[in-house]
Amino acid sequence: MPLLEVRNLRVEFPTRRGVLTAVDRVSFSIDEGEVLGVVGESGAGKSITGNAIIRLIEPPGRIAGGEVLLSGRRIDTLPPQEMRRVRGKEIGAIFQDPLTTLNPLYSIGRQLAETMQTHLGLSDREARARAIKWLEDVGIPGAAQRIDAYPHQFSGGMRQRVVIALALCAEPRLVIADEPTTALDVSIQAQVIALLKRLCREHGTAVMLVTHDMGVIAEAADRVAVMYAGRIVEIGPVREVVKQARHPYTEGLMGSIPSLTRRVERLRQIDGAMPRLSDIPPGCAFNPRCAKAFDRCRADRPELMPTQGASRAACWLYAENGSARDAA
Amino acid sequence: MPLDGAGGATRPLLEVEDLARDFDVSKPLLFRLLQGEGRRILHAVAGVSFSIPRGTTLSLVGESGCGKTTVARLVVGLYAPTRGSIRIDGIDMATLRSRAAQAPVRRRIQMIFQDPYASLNPRWRVGNIIAEPIRAFGLMRDRSEIEARVGELLRQVGLSPKDAEKYPHEFSGGQRQRISIARALSSDPEFLVCDEPTSALDVSVQAQILNLMKDLQQRLGLTYLFISHNLAVVRHMSDRIGVMYLGRIVELAPGEALFAHPQHPYTRLLLEAIPDLEMTGRQRTPVGGEVPSPIDPPSGCAFHPRCPFANARCKAEVPALLRRGEVEVACHAVAEGRLPA
Repeated sequence: MPLLEVRNLRVEFPTRRGVLTAVDRVSFSIDEGEVLGVVGESGAGKSITGNAIIRLIEPPGRIAGGEVLLSGRRIDTLPPQEMRRVRGKEIGAIFQDPLTTLNPLYSIGRQLAETMQTHLGLSDREARARAIKWLEDVGIPGAAQRIDAYPHQFSGGMRQRVVIALALCAEPRLVIADEPTTALDVSIQAQVIALLKRLCREHGTAVMLVTHDMGVIAEAADRVAVMYAGRIVEIGPVREVVKQARHPYTEGLMGSIPSLTRRVERLRQIDGAMPRLSDIPPGCAFNPRCAKAFDRCRADRPELMPTQGASRAACWLYAENGSARDAA
Repeated sequence: MPLDGAGGATRPLLEVEDLARDFDVSKPLLFRLLQGEGRRILHAVAGVSFSIPRGTTLSLVGESGCGKTTVARLVVGLYAPTRGSIRIDGIDMATLRSRAAQAPVRRRIQMIFQDPYASLNPRWRVGNIIAEPIRAFGLMRDRSEIEARVGELLRQVGLSPKDAEKYPHEFSGGQRQRISIARALSSDPEFLVCDEPTSALDVSVQAQILNLMKDLQQRLGLTYLFISHNLAVVRHMSDRIGVMYLGRIVELAPGEALFAHPQHPYTRLLLEAIPDLEMTGRQRTPVGGEVPSPIDPPSGCAFHPRCPFANARCKAEVPALLRRGEVEVACHAVAEGRLPA
């Protein structure tokens, strides 16, 4: 049984001009200890998917359909009180900006200790000892001296380490990390990703890694789901998606990233932009920008279907049992 | 004074020498008196020299706080330098005192900013935004002439002349950056200073803008000073690359050389730190530490606390940028041949 299973998730935002569907029939699963990357451009619905799983959608947004199961138990229907216990204890969260995650009025030691006391029922002394251990684990120099320091006394990279400790200290089985390194400089980013990977492997924690940065995904994820206009267009092993993208959108996305090793005169570009949520075309949402689109793409929405490889793609090119219509 | 660059084929368009800029970040006087603190000076740029030949791109790359944006702002004249000189087509900007004297040179330099949401006036129509430099420099007077020029500029950046009637909020981030580029081109400049022009954009949109900037460079013979923290973008765009660390250039080299044979330990660290999309499975040695505060930089070579090759000399003496062939490096270990190849 997968650790997390999301089935046909649908998130809507009612507005004066009608209901916008930000996440539209999204299904995927994450196994124990697995790192699933969720990648997409802004507005693709990747963060909202993560927030929907932990039920942190800002009203008036709402989950309008589908199921979320954690170890086979539905959590999208839990009453708010029980859901609070799931958040933190069973699912940890790491957000982009460590300053908004940490409470500026409490020392980091107190925030860590309180989390562990709430979810693990530790005594004051045990909680404090373990907080120091966690700070050491995430690489805060002089952990025992700095435990009573406040968030503003740390640099951005150090703060994000504290946030990682905070997300993992209640020993959750799943961590949802939403753009955990986007606010950091490259050299710090590499340290933080290496840290997150190491700790999750040691503790057997599964990770849903939401980011716009394909490099981070390539580095850290086992599998990756590519989102476009609120839908998953491709999902598969990270190596295959990066090296041999099946969906024309993924292919274009990969080609548009400047490479460090190969210099090209022109980057591959996908013309146009992702449609607004109020303006999603019928059929495949990508069809107006797709060079390979044909009649069916404009009429019917493709579901994820098997391709020649291990990934699945939501593309009519792969209808008829995974034999590509267009071999190129 | 040859403004059209006659005879300037060999002379670099921009020459910057020993450029420095300090910022006073002291607390208010009363606090200083009460707490017995002195002034605190932040050396944002601490002596930077480079030149950009006509029609080429030089990029400055580095992490936040390294001074790259300050250099860009010094070059376009948004800040006055504390020390050093900026020569544009041989003209020392410090010798031009009045606005009127500067205008003919200023017209030839334009800037593109990072945030396309903040850099366009939301109350102005796009047509007016683009025409502003034309009017400010008095390049055209006739209304219909300006209108035609704005339409041509919009077409040049891949928008429609009809878009001149719209307001910035009607456009996406990528389209707004196209508008910024059209505005920058409207005074017919030769030199564009681009400060993180694609950092706020999604990758697929970034590709569109980078392609557009390269096309324009070829078509109009533009010279670029390109500022970015993204090494892959910098590699794609540049002829030469300067790596900055705490207000100084630590390595300045042609793009190919920098990526094939990085010399300075900091350049090596940066290249090492980029997530590997190619997944060639190379062994990465994560280097610890963070960029120190520029208010109180380490003595000697500012990188020495993080550098695995630092010795006593590195702690005491600031290394000069030394040229070896096409590559300039500021590192004692490189100069002494102490570094492993």
